[in-house]
Amino acid sequence: MSAARSRWRAAVLLVALVLLVGAALVAWLNVRGEEALTGDAASFVATPEQVARGGYLAGAGNCAACHTDRGGAAFAGGKGLATPFGTVYASNLTPDAKTGLGGWSAAQFWRAMHNGRSADGHLLYPAFPYPNFTEITRADSDALFAWLRSQVPVTQVNRPHALRFPYNLQASLAVWRALFFSPGVYEPQVERSVQWNRGAYLVRSLGHCAACHSPRNAFGATRDSLELSGGLIPLQNWYAPSLASSAEAGVADWSARDVSDLLKTGFTPRGAALGPMAEVVFRSTQHLTDPDIGAMTDFLKSLPQTPEHRAAPAVLDKAIRGHGESLYKDNCAACHGAEGEGGAGPQGIVYVPLAGNRKVLLETPANFIHIVVNGGFPPTTAGNPRPYGMPPFGPSLKDEEIAVLATYIRNAWGNAAPSVSALDVLNAR
Amino acid sequence: MLRIVVAALASLTMSAAMAGAATTVPDTLAQRMQPCTACHGKEGRPTQLGFFPRIAGKPAGYLYNQLDNFRSGRRAYPTMTYFVEQMSDDYLHEIADYFASLDLPYAPPQTTDAPRDEIARGEALVRHGDAAHGIPACAQCHGAAMTGVLPAIPGLLGLPRGYLVEQFGAWRTGQRKALAPDCMARVATILTPEDITAVATWLSAQPVSLPPARADTLARPLPLDCGSVPR
Repeated sequence: MSAARSRWRAAVLLVALVLLVGAALVAWLNVRGEEALTGDAASFVATPEQVARGGYLAGAGNCAACHTDRGGAAFAGGKGLATPFGTVYASNLTPDAKTGLGGWSAAQFWRAMHNGRSADGHLLYPAFPYPNFTEITRADSDALFAWLRSQVPVTQVNRPHALRFPYNLQASLAVWRALFFSPGVYEPQVERSVQWNRGAYLVRSLGHCAACHSPRNAFGATRDSLELSGGLIPLQNWYAPSLASSAEAGVADWSARDVSDLLKTGFTPRGAALGPMAEVVFRSTQHLTDPDIGAMTDFLKSLPQTPEHRAAPAVLDKAIRGHGESLYKDNCAACHGAEGEGGAGPQGIVYVPLAGNRKVLLETPANFIHIVVNGGFPPTTAGNPRPYGMPPFGPSLKDEEIAVLATYIRNAWGNAAPSVSALDVLNAR
Repeated sequence: MLRIVVAALASLTMSAAMAGAATTVPDTLAQRMQPCTACHGKEGRPTQLGFFPRIAGKPAGYLYNQLDNFRSGRRAYPTMTYFVEQMSDDYLHEIADYFASLDLPYAPPQTTDAPRDEIARGEALVRHGDAAHGIPACAQCHGAAMTGVLPAIPGLLGLPRGYLVEQFGAWRTGQRKALAPDCMARVATILTPEDITAVATWLSAQPVSLPPARADTLARPLPLDCGSVPR
């Protein structure tokens, strides 16, 4: 009896020990690489150069996209980012002493950017893309901090996140971070040019392109943040195409001019920035300097391209093809041309060609359906201040008609791609 | 250097070839604004059926304010927000001016089979208000002919009944806002649901007299302070 009891006691002790070691490991993984916090809010004195540089970097990192709510005060937070785990609300970055960053030190700000921990020590959710920001330099972090501190303070209490159990627990987040996050430093590749390294730094860290353009696992972690191999943006009907595939959004075979046009103006004859990318161009990339755009272009053009994988195209019977062709003539041809060749004004192409258009041919039809259903305008930019728009056809065409039309366009004029079903359209609406 | 020249020539030739093969479209704002016609009808003038408001010929200040309201979240309609959220102020002004400049014949009004006393109540509220309940007349701000007043007060005729009713609902629930002080939100809370129905029924059944009276001839001060109307 007592032998059995002591075996039981040993088992309990063993389990407790394993749990304790596990917890200690998770805790250690969560604070590894952290530097000692030195200085306080008052001890940070910004130079005018830092402030100016920080403002530029805030644009490059598109901080406002999340930290400025629609119609809200600039950088005062409050905007919700819907995730599969619940909604995460962006925080107040203005220098308000009570509700913003007014009481933060530069070291605490660096710890948030580099280690994903807030000033009071709590773990930050990776909706704030510190898995990317971790690679920014301390100098850039300090410049951002300097610029944020120069903004008008706004008193606005941070809205608590609305995450479901167990995602709402710091312990769960600690385990997630132990599994999927480690602080990093951008290591320049010496065999590459200074320009290429600058581009890689902007794309991988501050630009956090991978936050959308990389696939995520079941726990919401980007699977290979460096690969940029495309991902479905959670809870939006948009697919951020692969930057490492010439069949998707890879630019290895584009001219540097086309890449920079897309990032600066939001429009090229090869395709326009619509949906989430329109916002990126509008708020961020159009404001970047030509050298930085050139650097990003250099890096993006160098990404290794995965071999093209082409799914079997749809086989259209005569009736469906005829129906699709007549829908195309009635709704699309006036702008995109009778043969999908695109439409041009005196300034050049303004309606993109649909023949050979990668957005049309993407195996995942989400973006194409989204654009047919909801239409849209590319962003207004200095290079394209009065964009032409695409009408929404959701109000006038039924799901079945949009499916036939989309399938037809994906398989006309030399195009070849899988069919689109009415269910695909319904899912994307 | 030679490589750059060759590359530039090649890219020029390619864009020329692409442009040459493409169909030709007009370089006009009407062409650029094709997306608007899907709901607001050809040239911004919908038929009497359906929900969407006429935008052709409304005062430019009003149209700009609404575009900005959608962009800034004071009004909520997903398609409108999606269209304007990445647009500059300059472009929104140009768009507002364009639709304001359209002078098009209006569709015939909606017909109504509402009871006569409801129609009479609607007309009385529009023309005279209801002083006992603190309700100003629509005509006091929107003009005696209810066709709007420059630069920023919209006309109330030629709008679908369903659209009018929904706007009052949106003001009452805070779904539709304007620059503070939000005069229409105040009016909407004073009106009873029956008043709203009566006003919308009467307004949507009126033919629009042309040309619209637009000059600012309103008696001042206005019955309510409106943030979107310059004083």
